[in-house]
Amino acid sequence: MDTKQLYTLIIFSENTVGLLNQITVIFTRRQLNIETLSVSPSAISGIHKFTITTFAERDMIEKVVKQIDKRVDILKAYYNTDEDLVHQEIALYKVSTALFMKMEGVEELIRKYNAGVLEMNEDCLVIEKSGHYRETQALFEELRRSIGVLQFIRSGRIAITKSKVEPLSDMLSSMEEKINMKQ
Amino acid sequence: MDKNLITGSEALLRTLVAEGVDTVFGYPGGQVIPLYDCLYGYGDRLKHILVRHEQGAVHAAQGYARVSGKTGVVIVTSGPGATNTVTGIADAMMDSTPVVIISGQVPSPLLGSDAFQEIDVIGITQPVTKWAYQVRRPEEVAWAVSRAFYIASTGRPGPVVIDFAKDAQTGFTDYTYEKVDYIRSYRPAPKPDAERIAEAAALINASERPFALVGQGVILAGAESELKAFLEKADIPAATTMLGLSAMPSGYRLNKGLLGMHGNMGPNRKTNDCDVLIAIGMRFDDRVTGNLKEYARQAKVIHFDIDLSEIGKNVPVDVPLAGDVKETLPAVARLLNTAERKVWIDSFGADETEEYEKVIAKEVYPEGSRPLQMGEVVRKVSDAAGGDAVLVTDVGQNQMMAVRYFRHSLTRSVVTSGGLGTMGFGLPAAIGAKEGAPGRTVCLFAGDGGIQMTIQELGSVMQEKLDIKIIVLNNNCLGMVRQWQELFFDKRYSSTTMVNPDFAAIAAAYGIRNRNVSKREDLDAAIAEMFNVTGAYMLVAEVETHGMVYPMVPAGSPIINILTGE
Repeated sequence: MDTKQLYTLIIFSENTVGLLNQITVIFTRRQLNIETLSVSPSAISGIHKFTITTFAERDMIEKVVKQIDKRVDILKAYYNTDEDLVHQEIALYKVSTALFMKMEGVEELIRKYNAGVLEMNEDCLVIEKSGHYRETQALFEELRRSIGVLQFIRSGRIAITKSKVEPLSDMLSSMEEKINMKQ
Repeated sequence: MDKNLITGSEALLRTLVAEGVDTVFGYPGGQVIPLYDCLYGYGDRLKHILVRHEQGAVHAAQGYARVSGKTGVVIVTSGPGATNTVTGIADAMMDSTPVVIISGQVPSPLLGSDAFQEIDVIGITQPVTKWAYQVRRPEEVAWAVSRAFYIASTGRPGPVVIDFAKDAQTGFTDYTYEKVDYIRSYRPAPKPDAERIAEAAALINASERPFALVGQGVILAGAESELKAFLEKADIPAATTMLGLSAMPSGYRLNKGLLGMHGNMGPNRKTNDCDVLIAIGMRFDDRVTGNLKEYARQAKVIHFDIDLSEIGKNVPVDVPLAGDVKETLPAVARLLNTAERKVWIDSFGADETEEYEKVIAKEVYPEGSRPLQMGEVVRKVSDAAGGDAVLVTDVGQNQMMAVRYFRHSLTRSVVTSGGLGTMGFGLPAAIGAKEGAPGRTVCLFAGDGGIQMTIQELGSVMQEKLDIKIIVLNNNCLGMVRQWQELFFDKRYSSTTMVNPDFAAIAAAYGIRNRNVSKREDLDAAIAEMFNVTGAYMLVAEVETHGMVYPMVPAGSPIINILTGE
């Protein structure tokens, strides 16, 4: 029996209404939780990119990816493990300005976590940090312990593959050939 | 106003005609009145069959598609009209049937406001369609409808929903029909891989006991003759799934029968005895495989399929052969050595004899003292119908008996609900089958349970004066569930006994000729009368209440664990 591990699905799709629903129902049927989700326009105009992370067994993830890939509006779906990817999340932390000012070792903290301050007013201040989950989580824990965190938000993962070409490139070039042939 | 402008409704109907549609199944309602108004002027080009319930419209369109190979078309209204189609849509999805469903929708400014008869049709149908799209502007009609037909009918076929807002039906647009034959995000059929083709051929050439499992994919691809050439060149015995039944004629030398839970003993046993298992356009459904852990473990598996997501889904595959079987079968066949496998093929004979003695003889040729048996009714109807008839079934024991004992000689001759197992499928599907193959005899077998789920469609049979032969195998109970209760639930017959109406009287009320038979000696005459009458006929056969379908592989058991009732 395979063990579960974290997979990152990268999905390219047409930008059509209801697409997210088409993808999520495939997770629902297999009782898979989506850990993180990020959707944005890709480098190619008109094509959207979904980055989804989920814990699953390899056999299961392969089947899920095939079922997503076969949907009419999906251009390409594939999966990777963390070793194949450069990935990042971004987190925002709202803390009390007064407590932050009184806190010891602020400079070290900011340096240690490579964090930054985005906004500050007399009531509160917003710190930004990007990194892997455990890094953004570590800062959260440290702030919570020392001065408390008023609000916290973390984005879904975004990722790019370490390999030279994205699998979509091949497909797009063969698609373009076909379009040219038709013209 | 520009004279070249037409309404969205007109654009839709013109597109249907351009796509080669001549028959639609439907039911009008508030949000499709403009479309139906337009349809009124299309009587010479589009025949509309008025069903009695929207579920029936989809099953009829499925029956039409399955016998004709064309895409079935359904028009219904919004809200309940659309939700009533969901069972049929799900059935078409499971059984890869090309159907385009056009549902009316409230005017676009009202969308999202819980307007009268508004429902999120796209949201509801997305998980059970190949594609679902809402048309909100008349300019989108030409594109969306042509795209719908392209998606429904190509690759692995399936249902497509077009949700058609009322203001898009009435609004005006320029119109030019443009056939869609390319969508950049959609690859209907993967390209065959020459290396895999060579591997498959090498595996078969080296094999001693190859065995082919034939599914509906062969019929959908129109690859029946390619299949025959493939099997004959290397002398490979084959069996079919229920949906693949008519890919080969019943008596064909290499056709060893039906796979699965109520399939023939030989094919199920040989699955676990062959050295190379060749799956062709089938998806290893659990009703075919039984327990996967003990399924064909000894065999190398080659899987031909057009749908990549099916390859390796249930059974690990040694040689995946993605592509259209119309291309891949001949490509592999070219590399096959001619072979003769008489001993292997003849080895099915012992299983056939055993099945005949333990099951078939009793079912089809019962002793005179026993009540009418389902199998004997099916076989007698089959003999009288000749080999060219279309068999339509409902779901349950009637279905298993019908697919086991009805014989066919032509492709596209078996219309039945496989993946979803939809009771109530039969009668409306028979209506569609007759529309799709008007020149062929259509025989429907239904049980007393299933026929009552869509019995209102007798009204459509009456209105359209359809010549379909309806055989109700009446055992006054929900036989298949009762069978499971008898075998696996200590004979606790929970809610499976039915107090039934006089079915013949119901047929009579619809002006349908009918006869009720409970005695064996009356059966031949009744069947003869049924086929002599021009027009619809209902033969109600009062069969044994405790009839059982054997052989049976209990759900979840290894496929060689076969019960025979002995």
